[in-house]
Amino acid sequence: MSIIEVKNLSFTYGIGTPFEKKAVDDVSLCVNEGEVIGLIGHTGSGKSTFVQMLNGLIKPTSGQVLLEGKDIWEKSKEIRKICFKVGMVFQYPEYQLFDETVYKDISFGPRNKGLSEEEIDLTVRKAAKFVGLSDRLLNKSPFDLSGGEKRRAAIAGVIAMDPDVLVLDEPTAGLDPKGREVLLAQIMGYHKERKNTIFFVSHSMEDISRIADRVMVMNKGRLEMLDTPKNIFAQVEKIESMGLRVPQITKIMMTLRERGYDITDGVLTVEQAFSEIINLLEKEGKI
Amino acid sequence: MTRDIALGQFIPGQSVIHRMDARVKNLLLIAFIVLIFCSFNFVSLGIITGAVIAVILLSDISVKMYLKSLKVIIVIILITSILNIFYGSGDPIVQFGIFKITLSGIYRAIFVTVRIICLILISSCLTFTTSPTDLTDAIERLMKPLKILHIKVHEIAMMMTIALRFVPTLLEETDKIMAAQKARGADMESGGMIKKIKAMTPVLIPLFVSAFRRAYELAVAMECRCYQGGDGRTRMKVLKIKKLDVACILVTVLVLAGVILCNIFFAAKI
Repeated sequence: MSIIEVKNLSFTYGIGTPFEKKAVDDVSLCVNEGEVIGLIGHTGSGKSTFVQMLNGLIKPTSGQVLLEGKDIWEKSKEIRKICFKVGMVFQYPEYQLFDETVYKDISFGPRNKGLSEEEIDLTVRKAAKFVGLSDRLLNKSPFDLSGGEKRRAAIAGVIAMDPDVLVLDEPTAGLDPKGREVLLAQIMGYHKERKNTIFFVSHSMEDISRIADRVMVMNKGRLEMLDTPKNIFAQVEKIESMGLRVPQITKIMMTLRERGYDITDGVLTVEQAFSEIINLLEKEGKI
Repeated sequence: MTRDIALGQFIPGQSVIHRMDARVKNLLLIAFIVLIFCSFNFVSLGIITGAVIAVILLSDISVKMYLKSLKVIIVIILITSILNIFYGSGDPIVQFGIFKITLSGIYRAIFVTVRIICLILISSCLTFTTSPTDLTDAIERLMKPLKILHIKVHEIAMMMTIALRFVPTLLEETDKIMAAQKARGADMESGGMIKKIKAMTPVLIPLFVSAFRRAYELAVAMECRCYQGGDGRTRMKVLKIKKLDVACILVTVLVLAGVILCNIFFAAKI
C-alpha cells in the first residue's frame, strides 16, 4: 500500500521578485509503506525543498502530497499535525538543540504532540536507545555533548515523535567515518524494528547504495530517475552528466568487467565486491 | 516569512544609479531628505516627488520591490496621516465633538504621507542599488573628518559592515531553526502574547548560540589574516568620482534650486 503519493508537485521561490526561482518542477511518485527511498541530486537540485513539502513546512505552488490517501493541505489549519506523522530531520540538526538537558530537548516533540508524562518518558528513552545515547548523557546539557552526540540527540528528538515516515536530510554530513558508520547502522536498526518509511537525502552514493530500496535522482527541480540503486548506478554516464557519481566500488568493478573479467553487473557495496573477487580468484584457481 | 522583508536588500544591476559613487549617493540622499522636508507648498513638493520618481525609474529595479518596502511601514503612514487630519487650525469643514477636520489638516496629512513615502522610496533606492560593502566604505570615507575628535571611524564602519553582512545570514538561520522546530511540532502562531513569546525560546536560544559561534569564528578568521584595525590599510576598490557623479550632483543642485525658488515664489501651504 502506498503511504505517500506525490502528484505533480511544484514549488517556486520568491514569486514576483527578481529572485524568482523554480525549485521543484512537476514531481510525481508513489512510495510504499516500509520503503527506504534514497534521494540524490546536485546542490540546488531541489531535494531539500521537495522533502520540506512532504511534511507541510512548505506549501506547494501547485500539485498535491497525499499521506495515506489524504491531501495534507485539505485542512490547512491542522497542517501542524502532519509533522508528527512525517518526521523531518534537517541538515545539521544539532543547531536546533535548545533545552537545559538532552532529555528535555528530546521530549520537546512528544510534548507538542500532546502525550502524557509516562508516554513521553517511554518514547524519549526508546528514541535515545535507538541512537545510542546513554542515561548519563540524557541529564547533561546538549551544549556539552560532542558533535556526533549532538547530532544523535537531535535525531532522537524527531524519532521520539514516532513518525510513520521519517525524512533524513543528509544525516551523516560532517561526521567522521566512524560516526557515519555508527549512525547509519543505528538508522537501519531503527528501520528494521519500526518498519517505517524513510526518505534519506545524501551526497554519499556509498550510503545510498547501502540502505535504499529505491533511489530518486533529482536534477534542476525535476525527478530524472526513480529506480533500484542497481539500475540507477548502472547508468554511469547519465548520473555523471548530472554532476553526481556512482559509488567508487561500483566504478572499480565496472572497469574490471570492461577489461574482460567475469564479474556480475551492479555491485554496490564493498562486501559484494569482496565476495565477487574471491569467487573470481577461486574460479581461476588462484586461491 | 522573513524572506519577505524588502527593506535594506541589495539588488545587483548595471543602471545609472548602480554605477554612481557610493559617497555621492549618500550625500545626495541627505540632500534629497532635506529637500523632502523643506518643500512647503504643492509645487515644490511636486518637484521633489518628481525627482524621487525619476531616480526610482533610473534605478532599473521593478516597482514591485519598492512597493514591498512601503508595505512594511504602511501602518505608520496611515496613523500619522489620520492624526494629522485632525491637527489643522482654521475653520472646520466637518466637526464631531472635539474632533474637527480642517482644510489645513487635510493639507498636512497629504504632505506627511507624500513625505514619508518619498523618504522610504529614496532610501530604499540607496540600499537596493548599493552593496553593503560599498555603503559602509562610503560612510567610513564621509566620517573621516571625525577622526580629529578621536572617534574610531574605521572600527565603526567595520562593525556596520559586519552587522549588515550578517543580517541575511541570521535571517536565513532563523528561518532554518524555525522550520526545524515546527517540524518537531512547535506551535508559534496560536495563543496569546505571553504564550507566543514563550514559544520563541526554542528559536532564540539556538540562534544566540550560533551567533556567538559565528562571531568567534569570524574573529579568529580575521586575526588569521592579520587584521589590526584601520591604520595603514589600503583598499582593493578605491572609490572614484566619475563624470556620471558630477552630472548627478548638478541635476540635484538644479532640483535644489527649483525647490528653493518655488518655496519663495508660491505661498506656503503648511
